[in-house]
Amino acid sequence: MLEIEIDGKKLTVPTGSTVMDAANSIGVHIPHFCYHKKLSIAANCRMCLVQVEKAPKPLPACATPVTDGMKVYTHSDMAVKAQKGVMEFLLINHPLDCPICDQGGECQLQDLAVGYGQSGSRYEEEKRVVANKNLGPLISTDMTRCIHCSRCVRFTEEIAGYQELGMPGRGEHTEVMSFIGKTVNSEISGNVIDLCPVGALTSKPFRYSARTWELSRRKSVGAHDGLGANLVVQVKNNQVMRVLPLENEAINECWLSDRDRFSYEALNSAARLTQPMVKDGGQWKVVGWQEALELVATKLKGITASHGADSVAAIASPNSTLEELYLLRKSLAGLDIRNLEARTRLGDVRFETKAAGWLGQSIVDLAASESLLLIGSTLRKEQPLLAQRLRQSVKKGLKLALINPHDDELLCAVAGKLVVRPDQLVEGVLAVLKAAADITGKAVPADIDLAGVEVSTEARALAELIVAGEKKSLVLGNIALQHERAAELHAAAAALAEIAGATLGLLRDGANSVGADIVGFATNKDLITANKKAYVLLHSELADLKQGAKAAFEGAEFVVAMTSFADEARDYADVLLPVSPFSETSGTFVNMEGKPQSFNGVVRPLGETRPAWKVLRVLGNILGLNGFDYDSSEAVRGDVLNGDIAKVLDNTPAKAVAVKAQATAGLVRLAEVPLYETDALVRRAPSLQATVDAESAAQLRANAATLASFGLVAGGNACVQQGGASVTLAVAEDAGLPDQVVRVPFGRATLALGSGAIEVIKA
Amino acid sequence: MTVYVKGVVFEGVDFDDPKHWGIEAYMARGGYTALKKILSTGMTQDEIIAEMKTSGLRGRGGAGFPTGLKWSFMPRSFPGQKYLVCNTDEGEPGTFKDLDIIVDNPHALIEGMIIGGFAMGITVGYNYIHGEVFEAYERFEAALEEARAAGFLGDNILGTSFCFQLHGHHGYGAYICGEETALLESLEGKKGQPRFKPPFPASFGLYGKPTTINNTETFASVPYIIREGGQKFLELGKPNNGGTKLFSVSGHVNRPGNYEIPLGTPFSELLEMCGGMRDGKKLKAVIPGGSSAPVLPADIMMQCTMDYDSISKAGSMLGSGAVIVMDETTCMVKALERLSYFYFEESCGQCTPCREGTGWLYRVVHRIEQGLGRPEDLDLLLSVGGNIAGRTICALGDAAVMPVQGMLKHFRSEFEHHIEHKQCLVPGF
Repeated sequence: MLEIEIDGKKLTVPTGSTVMDAANSIGVHIPHFCYHKKLSIAANCRMCLVQVEKAPKPLPACATPVTDGMKVYTHSDMAVKAQKGVMEFLLINHPLDCPICDQGGECQLQDLAVGYGQSGSRYEEEKRVVANKNLGPLISTDMTRCIHCSRCVRFTEEIAGYQELGMPGRGEHTEVMSFIGKTVNSEISGNVIDLCPVGALTSKPFRYSARTWELSRRKSVGAHDGLGANLVVQVKNNQVMRVLPLENEAINECWLSDRDRFSYEALNSAARLTQPMVKDGGQWKVVGWQEALELVATKLKGITASHGADSVAAIASPNSTLEELYLLRKSLAGLDIRNLEARTRLGDVRFETKAAGWLGQSIVDLAASESLLLIGSTLRKEQPLLAQRLRQSVKKGLKLALINPHDDELLCAVAGKLVVRPDQLVEGVLAVLKAAADITGKAVPADIDLAGVEVSTEARALAELIVAGEKKSLVLGNIALQHERAAELHAAAAALAEIAGATLGLLRDGANSVGADIVGFATNKDLITANKKAYVLLHSELADLKQGAKAAFEGAEFVVAMTSFADEARDYADVLLPVSPFSETSGTFVNMEGKPQSFNGVVRPLGETRPAWKVLRVLGNILGLNGFDYDSSEAVRGDVLNGDIAKVLDNTPAKAVAVKAQATAGLVRLAEVPLYETDALVRRAPSLQATVDAESAAQLRANAATLASFGLVAGGNACVQQGGASVTLAVAEDAGLPDQVVRVPFGRATLALGSGAIEVIKA
Repeated sequence: MTVYVKGVVFEGVDFDDPKHWGIEAYMARGGYTALKKILSTGMTQDEIIAEMKTSGLRGRGGAGFPTGLKWSFMPRSFPGQKYLVCNTDEGEPGTFKDLDIIVDNPHALIEGMIIGGFAMGITVGYNYIHGEVFEAYERFEAALEEARAAGFLGDNILGTSFCFQLHGHHGYGAYICGEETALLESLEGKKGQPRFKPPFPASFGLYGKPTTINNTETFASVPYIIREGGQKFLELGKPNNGGTKLFSVSGHVNRPGNYEIPLGTPFSELLEMCGGMRDGKKLKAVIPGGSSAPVLPADIMMQCTMDYDSISKAGSMLGSGAVIVMDETTCMVKALERLSYFYFEESCGQCTPCREGTGWLYRVVHRIEQGLGRPEDLDLLLSVGGNIAGRTICALGDAAVMPVQGMLKHFRSEFEHHIEHKQCLVPGF
């Protein structure tokens, strides 16, 4: 510990602290631009110059280490003169266009200029003009306003992991730019907008749509992945205008993924459903809520009476709130309907956890692991901010290892990896398991057959990594959980975790996947291929489901879609009920670490839209059920989460599953859900859909040898046939894939495709 | 052109011999005996550093930091890689001495670096050579090959356990890369811009490892000091200003070139060596230590001796020893405009005061030169300069301001004349 005196206040700070750290700890504000607590120290803006006793010159607080007995003056004549001098330099070439600048009102330069600037300028020479840059559909540029603090450059390099922005040029000609002809394509790129202290980088979708002081700031929770990022949703005239991060060090830190930041565009989409509608003689008719719900009640009662309760199924998006899911379950239970599923992309009906499947520990604890084996995950696309957090952990010593059917760049050092065909993922885990059993001398459960499993050098290295050390984690990602042998992967991973003494975690895809498990939205049946007589859909759409869903819905007697959008379900539903997206309802998401996060609606429901929990409460009443007198979503929540949440979380496989290595050969498909195909909102956010990532959702990718074996060329087209259907996709090369693997994502472009054998021909 | 008068770097070099730079000629004039002396007599690292301290050798790159002291900062017991770097990124306007060293006597530098490596327990060295010199770079590489072939570089030098690898690195011509931490960044393959200090290179240098950086002339002086003893070197100059120094004399003299003379030689003698003023014109002013040193008018300069202390006392700096001589036909406004343009052009743009301020300074001086100056401009220049100096990451900010301050201190009336009459005081401009 070191003693320091700042502006006469004495304090002690840990060794290694900077003057800025020390000042922050006692609430002394030192003006700054380039300094940011999450980024490396650049000391280039010089705004934080302070006077230090015995130093002949003012020193930058952000980069000056505290020495014992140091005396610092942040507002002395020397300090203020230096700060004002720097402010003058920053302003001479900065355009005074605040009235037309989107940053106006939330600009650090503007704010500090009030305190440290002059009312007039002594600079009468020509001002600098800098050409704007095309950074893609999300970030708008006004580069003349740039003050060269390099925060954005450091962000892409240090936080996003790949330096997509740089500062070429020298002196006055220094400019922030991307690589020539490239845009900024990081999945967390939008954070540079928050980091930019001036109006050089602003939000493209938000551009010129509102002034910051017109917006009210309301808290919410990210609705697109299992992280549960905390949001500040900014609202004007009952419309969501913009989404920003709400700092929560334990979850999203001060960052936000682009998915959480820009998906709000869909909330204001023209495709929103605003009135209840029923199909009458093949024609859609607008009806009142009462009429619509009475029809639903009558139909469901009728079908259960004539075909039995098992003939009805409810399929909900894992981004539905805990309250919505609970009341859906409770109202259907009144009709004895038990077919409930929110794991919409589950590939293996045998997969079952003892209680709700979760990360197995907190996000912070996971990031503090000594070693982490990630199985079957495209982590940067599945959970962008978790990938970011682990990237920082790797820099601090985390050994991150992978078993994956691809070799996607995680943009951090990887301690070991095993790249296998997607249909050999189980065998990959078994190889590591066998090696780990060899090393530790521990036994493997009897239902896991290790005969015929070959241990490669890579598998052995992964086993050595995961059995060593103290704090170890083993995590199954989306590719694993959506795998057609997910139950076997689960069993093998659980056995490996047991032998290695590691914590087993599941990376759940939805914002409320864990909550859906807690409510009980998990069956061990394939509700789509079972062709039920009636389906109740909650926020889920065809692109969330497997092939055959459309046929199943069209073939059903009755489909009720509780949705926010009118553009899709009208093709197959009989009743459309406009229910609120997350922004228009109160509710709770339980994130991947089992943390329930409740939020309020940030805007009033659009048109006749109503929060689904209220709709279901009325449905319960119309069905004549008891216990539907809730007057708040908190009361609903209280019925679900009424004890220690840890007791309803357990990743242990519920039943033993026989696991055995299988030989596979031939062409195989790697199907994942692309970054911007995850849910109904994301799919309708135009700016996200204009990104490079969205483009790749309609691509077939394979390595050069595989492409050549089918006569395909990158840039050309291919016709893909699977499950009796075919689609034509653009072809791209992906050198990281094993031979005879085609990466055909799961999304709208490939919705027609089924499972099983796949064929590819040149188109 | 190099004129050897008395000194250590070019001692015995026969410039008329086409192979004077080669290893045979170098060894014939006593080259590599210092290295052999160390390796054969078992001279210790401490003894070498003590000898360096005795010599009073001060860094010849411009800052004049005592070399022996700098060498003693290197954590010799540090486990792991350490680096020795030579700064031949000679870019200061007026300076051209290091170029001649690697062209005419490269082995003195190589031997000096090997000795430095031995003294500090370093096994890898780099010489960062200015990007705009091509033949000189090739000459240095050729000399390296000779040294390797002769067994002075590489593994087990002269049959001992001492190993030292030395590599040439050709820069890209940025002035800022002569700043030692910018040089390290550039050497690592990054954009050359200075690092904030602390940490200093002695603890966090090239690739984050302890690194010692010296100027070319500094290293080239080392073999003499070891061979002849530090005391003898010291006595070549004067106390606290040991040895001899290369002065790059340019401007309005009859024989511009490099002059190796003892520190403490009167400026008037140096001017005589250069054949006096060109065309018999009158001396007006001298920039005594490279373009960033404040200018000194003739009367002050003629009283100075060429050493660190005397020039410093006169209000300027000996710097790298680049002596820019200006006669009575020189327009000081035009001279400052050219200097200010250089710093504006060469600012790396990293930190605010220098990036924005150097352009401001240049534009105002340019305006005055164009006859568009205003009376308040001179105070503005000093005020803006005051906001740059001492506020930047590296010394380029100070370097850009000192010429302005020097010119306005000694030649303010010339600037005022320009502003008032919208033309130059000096006939012909």
